[in-house]
Amino acid sequence: MKALLICEFQDGKLLEGYRELLGFAESLGVEASLLVIGNEAILPPFAGRIYLADSAKYNEFDPDAHKRLALAVVDKERPDVIALLHTSYGWDLAPRLAAGLKAALISEVVGLVEGGYEVTACNAKLRRSVLPQTETAVVTLQAGAFPAAGPGSGSPQVERIELPEAAPARIEFLGYIPAEKKDVDLTRAEVIVSAGRGLGKKENVGLVEALAKAFKGEVAATRPVVHAGWLSDSHLVGITGQTVAPKLYVACGISGATQHQVGMRKSAFIVAINKDRDAPIGELADVLVVADVLQFLPALTARLAKP
Amino acid sequence: MKILVCVKQVPDMESSFRVNAAGDWLDERDLAFRMNEYDEFAVEQAIRLKEQEGGAPDVTVLSIGPARVVEAIKKALAMGADRGVHIQDDRAHEKDPWQIASAIAAFARDKAFDFVFTGFQSQDRGSAQVGALVAEMLDYACATTLVSFDWDGTSVTADRELEQGILGRVRFRPPAVVTCQLNLNTPRYPTLPNIMKARQKELLAFPVGDLLKESPMSSTGKLYPPEKKSHGRILEGEVGALADQLVAILKSETGVLH
Ligand SMILES: Cc1cc2nc3c(=O)[nH]c(=O)nc-3n(C[C@H](O)[C@H](O)[C@H](O)COP(=O)(O)OP(=O)(O)OC[C@H]3O[C@@H](n4cnc5c(N)ncnc54)[C@H](O)[C@@H]3O)c2cc1C
Ligand SMILES: Nc1ncnc2c1ncn2[C@@H]1O[C@H](COP(=O)(O)O)[C@@H](O)[C@H]1O
Repeated sequence: MKALLICEFQDGKLLEGYRELLGFAESLGVEASLLVIGNEAILPPFAGRIYLADSAKYNEFDPDAHKRLALAVVDKERPDVIALLHTSYGWDLAPRLAAGLKAALISEVVGLVEGGYEVTACNAKLRRSVLPQTETAVVTLQAGAFPAAGPGSGSPQVERIELPEAAPARIEFLGYIPAEKKDVDLTRAEVIVSAGRGLGKKENVGLVEALAKAFKGEVAATRPVVHAGWLSDSHLVGITGQTVAPKLYVACGISGATQHQVGMRKSAFIVAINKDRDAPIGELADVLVVADVLQFLPALTARLAKP
Repeated sequence: MKILVCVKQVPDMESSFRVNAAGDWLDERDLAFRMNEYDEFAVEQAIRLKEQEGGAPDVTVLSIGPARVVEAIKKALAMGADRGVHIQDDRAHEKDPWQIASAIAAFARDKAFDFVFTGFQSQDRGSAQVGALVAEMLDYACATTLVSFDWDGTSVTADRELEQGILGRVRFRPPAVVTCQLNLNTPRYPTLPNIMKARQKELLAFPVGDLLKESPMSSTGKLYPPEKKSHGRILEGEVGALADQLVAILKSETGVLH
């Protein structure tokens, strides 16, 4: 079995996630080669074959060109599985490749099962095993699902790839827009109390703020809370927000979707308050308090105020 | 201008889910269904584009699924779409994204839509495939995960949501498929008069077999709850007692309370 792993370049940098792709290939026990559309000056240490295309020519984001480059590599390499990360780059490119190859695409893989892959369903409340019906499969991996391989060593055999003729980019990439400057820096906080949709309405966010104050900590939030305007963008924790690792993370009315987990699972101690005993956040929490946040938060804040 | 919007009806994600007897999909009894959250942004963007073009564009909304999905179509009609298309399939849950996309592409192929709007992903499957697959099948441009959409009469300038708050700005021309991320806009609520008006709108229905000739690329093995990996303690009881217990734990096991 052979795997082709498609690495990602953003703003001139090779994204670290490629190590999870290598970890995936290790979990499968297959030989891996890499496709890098980037810069030859910063190739990963890797003792295998790297197919290299120059992002100065093919851009960091040009889905049509990247699809054609990947198809050219697949033609040479004949991999059984082609893996990308389930990121904005990966989920954009993967279906185009799968369509070009007439191959099964299995998205947001979290594990391996007999004859196939495990994915999540219904907001991470369920799992589904999916079995490819085609010889070649394309997969996208959920961030953090596979352990990152070690830094690697050795020097790769580099094979350059070019497209025979240039085609105009149907999706013209105009550039990156950096994240807005944060007015709260959650990465330094020792304690973070985080607000989820379970708080019910904006007025109840005060309960989270009061508890954060009692801990001398900061307030964070999930995406629905930020979208609803209960708290500003700069409080967002997760894949599209900040990644935090405080000594204590208190998740209040948060279900524990993977996109949120990615941003907080390295916290030293996690407390979750949820009325649903089966909420996925329970998988991560050191302590799950099964309670109504609206009642429990004031009780805890009052208890902390006592000497 | 002609616009197609694809909407899926999905179970309310707040539900507690049970697996069906076959072990491969949800037991749908007791579930409430609604329009896939992402698709509300797709419908809204289509209607805004129609309004921007002085009402001239024709907006078709399409959904594949059993009879219940007509509710999602009606909601889109009440939001302002002109015509509904129900592709009838009682076994839609057994179709893989390739087949769903094939059926949509077969419907769209001879209709010369300028824009096809889809959600970024469906909440129940979360595959994030159908939009881009439709684009490949129709040989349309495709821009995914958009959080802004600005049409200037010739081309669209839009921001894709990348990771860590970074955006990627792109420009493209129709014909194009666009997949919509949450927060692309603020979806309107259908008003009562518009709900009444929607009842008069055209609603076509075709059996999925008329459109779908492709076999699946992948199949579901089993659907099951995640393994309980919880290594932590579960505290239950009266809130005052819970607060005491939690504070005791935090004092002994974390350095944050002195
Ligand atoms: C591409 C992409 C990127 C994303 N990026 C992020 C990200 O960076 N950060 C992020 O957070 N999300 C992100 N999301 C969204 C993510 O998938 C989830 O939808 C989100 O994290 C859910 O937020 P929540 O837990 O607050 O809400 P819900 O999932 O609605 O959970 C609410 C929880 O509150 C509980 N509850 C309800 N009422 C009470 C009560 N009275 N007392 C106690 N508990 C109660 C419920 O049991 C439930 O578990 C992203 C999604 C996508 C597709
Ligand atoms: N059964 C369906 N009927 C109509 N549109 C669908 C259907 N399934 C998926 N879609 C569209 O494709 C998008 C992505 O779905 P998915 O690839 O399943 O995550 C959804 O947001 C819808 O816009």
